[in-house]
Amino acid sequence: MLIDLFLTFFMVGLVSFGGGYAMIPLIQEEVLTRHQWMDAAQLSDMVAVAGMSPGPIATNIAVAVGYHQAGTIGAIVASLAMILPSLVLILAAGKLIMRYRDNQLVKSSFFGLRPTVAGMIIYAAILFAQNAGITMEFDWKTWSQLAIFAGSLFALIYLHKHPFSVVLLSGLVGIAVYG
Amino acid sequence: MNAKWKMIGSLFTTFLKMGPFTFGGGYALIPVIEREIVEKRKWLQSEDVADIVAVSGSVPGAVAVNSATLIGYRIAGIGGALSALLGIFLPTFALMIGLSLVYVQMKDNPKIEAAFLSIRATVVAMIVYAAFKIGKTAVVDFASGALAAIAVCLLLFGRNFLHPAWVIVFGALAGIAVVKVRVLLGKKTKLEEKEPVYDYMI
Repeated sequence: MLIDLFLTFFMVGLVSFGGGYAMIPLIQEEVLTRHQWMDAAQLSDMVAVAGMSPGPIATNIAVAVGYHQAGTIGAIVASLAMILPSLVLILAAGKLIMRYRDNQLVKSSFFGLRPTVAGMIIYAAILFAQNAGITMEFDWKTWSQLAIFAGSLFALIYLHKHPFSVVLLSGLVGIAVYG
Repeated sequence: MNAKWKMIGSLFTTFLKMGPFTFGGGYALIPVIEREIVEKRKWLQSEDVADIVAVSGSVPGAVAVNSATLIGYRIAGIGGALSALLGIFLPTFALMIGLSLVYVQMKDNPKIEAAFLSIRATVVAMIVYAAFKIGKTAVVDFASGALAAIAVCLLLFGRNFLHPAWVIVFGALAGIAVVKVRVLLGKKTKLEEKEPVYDYMI
């Protein structure tokens, strides 16, 4: 179990460009499809908690998944595995790294990585929309979920609200509507 | 020797105090790092910190964590890197453990279940918002727009046989290929982002 946790998040740490949300397709593939450690709703809840807490989202997800699987030791193993690839890279090539960012090859690979990461995040949104029950069946629940989604997006983009307050408010709305 | 250990110790406490500031996302941390490392402690120059932050974005992992590690490494070698990393990481780690504990205790409470039913729709909005922000700096021309679309299609239609990690590898290789082809055609590619977006990287 601990070895699986370590391997999973080491791999995520290795390709973790563009931040936490871009890593969701990977985490979903490993945690839900391959290992079946939890269901989609639980993973979605963990991403919510990870997004409203301080700290990197991907590492926060690693802590939550690790904790869910094997308690505090699982959280330590998962987050260390996540950090290890970049730490090793920095320690092994610290001086070299400071120069290599001007390398043409590195620059052009990032030209391709940035839109790919945007694509990964869009796909993550599709996955979680399906998980949340935003489907093509237009019943009352779908409409209410769509309204909450639109309201949250408006608060984030136009009102510049921090995810913390948006999640908190959404939780209160949920208690009022579904409670 | 003693001076070095003292330095490693104060690197730890300096970054430990910064941990809570990562609340605003990675880029909220940059001014805090500047103030602590450059102005208050005078460990590094302002340009050094700017360089380090830029490099941190091209190493896998979160920008804030990578910046802390690189600054620690620059100031006091491997020991400095490890202590800065632990310092920035411990507070958020402890908080996440606490929140996970609360979640496990409360997730079967009907009120909390109702709250999360709504929050699951909000999570989708948070992700769309992240895509929107990175999209603005990532999709700069036709080729990068096409790459984003190809990535979504690969993930969507290849979900039964293609591991998402390969899509990232594909993205990097495609970037190299596009720039190479354009060089051959005598065209230029704008490789730098106008303004780096740090907060979705955290």
